Amino acid sequence: MLDYFAPVTDNFGLFVDAFLGTLMICLYGAVGSLVLGTLIASFRVSPLPPLRAVGTAWVTVFRNCPLVIVLFFFAFGLPEIGINAPFLWFGITGLVVYTSAFVCEAVRSGINSVSAGQAEAARSIGLTFTQSLSTVVLPQALRTVVPPLGSVIIAMFKNSAIVGAFGVGGELFSTFATLVSARGLSIIPVLLGVAVGYLLITVPAGFGLDVLERRVAVSR
Amino acid sequence: MSNPVLYDNPGPRTRRRVLIGSVIAGVLLLGVVAVVLVRLGQAGQFAGAKWGPLVNPADPQFSALWTGLAEALLNNVIAAALAMSLSLVVGTLLALTRITSASWYRWAVVGLINLLRGLPVVIAIYLAYQILPEVGIVLPKLWYLVIGLTAYNSVIIAEIVRSGVASLPRGQAEAAAAVGLTRGQSLRLIQLPQAFRVMLPALISQLVVVFKDTSLGFIIGYPEAVRFAQIAIVQLDNPIQLFFVLAVIFIVINYLLSRFAMWVEHRLSRARTTTPRGAPETRELVGTATGG
Repeated sequence: MLDYFAPVTDNFGLFVDAFLGTLMICLYGAVGSLVLGTLIASFRVSPLPPLRAVGTAWVTVFRNCPLVIVLFFFAFGLPEIGINAPFLWFGITGLVVYTSAFVCEAVRSGINSVSAGQAEAARSIGLTFTQSLSTVVLPQALRTVVPPLGSVIIAMFKNSAIVGAFGVGGELFSTFATLVSARGLSIIPVLLGVAVGYLLITVPAGFGLDVLERRVAVSR
Repeated sequence: MSNPVLYDNPGPRTRRRVLIGSVIAGVLLLGVVAVVLVRLGQAGQFAGAKWGPLVNPADPQFSALWTGLAEALLNNVIAAALAMSLSLVVGTLLALTRITSASWYRWAVVGLINLLRGLPVVIAIYLAYQILPEVGIVLPKLWYLVIGLTAYNSVIIAEIVRSGVASLPRGQAEAAAAVGLTRGQSLRLIQLPQAFRVMLPALISQLVVVFKDTSLGFIIGYPEAVRFAQIAIVQLDNPIQLFFVLAVIFIVINYLLSRFAMWVEHRLSRARTTTPRGAPETRELVGTATGG
């Protein structure tokens, strides 16, 4: 049994590096897509029509396009408009842009889920726009947003494998490809090792989300 | 924000400011688009040789390209249809075992669901592709893709089914028990048919995810659209143009599917109860998938 997994144990250092690489992609991706997604959500609810149009177009395009095609597009397109960066950054950018569309929709639905009466009540006791938004609407929206936002981010962790499959090095899935094709190690144990690597990220993230959900949950 | 209760109706001065802001924002956005287009033009990305095979019917490669693309897309559709049907069957079975079985067994199912939910779909596809032949199950590549997608999506559908059944009023199951139906009969005849109605929008949204994920078939060499594009660009040398067209096709198909899901949801919510107007707005995202 242990022999069977020798390809994993022999290259354990490489696996740890790849795991950290994936973790780094996930971290940059999560921060980037949360920031960008919230920005796009604010575009969508903005009083300025051009920004609203951009927000809607952004969400429609990136929610309906497969991530692989987004990645290909960025990898081939960005160098053509004079943006050159290591391949890794194209991958992360693609992941961030793709995920931001889902983050945007989660945030927007959270804002919409706060009943109009709350905002009306806030205004009727004399709070200004900023006050009612920051003290009444957003704190309530946040509670509703946590579960869908968490699922979006966990889905993004999993999508980082696509970035790896796409050829970004130093990441779990691409390390698997290297080990198997360049060193001729047997495929299945290495693949199982990689799968465990992803589960080590996604399963704790899922538990964390459950805990967070229970803490912010409020019965309506 | 769709509820303008947060601020007063704009007066003339605010309206003027909004107008000025809009113009500035619009000009900035157009500027960015212009820069990108100019740079693409400088890089020769609008040359006829790059677009010709895609848009000019007189181009010698036009018909071959579009025939190939159509065949490849059909392969995506086939894989999506098979994966979705299989996921529906497996997912419903998983959900039922989770609802009805003994507790230790239920824990096993929950564990399996969580494990499969945490696995990236690429890995699921690749595992199917590698492990099944090893144990003597040799299939066409289509089936490895379908099995990988099913493994991933059936657990999601199981969750959708479970929440669909849970969303029904308790009285339904109680009434079924009261007239002497067994647990299984009650699920099959009373609860599931109603649950599927509730779940329909979420299921259609999941179909969008499955359809997008069929594009991952290129990893195992299944001849779908992305794989076709990969091969075609070697000869045509027009990656940006080809992937642009591919993206448009996927976006249009998936956009129509999600509109359809919203339409179904709207119809159902109107038919079921006397929902106040505006309620569909807040429920719009019930079926929103979280990426593929």
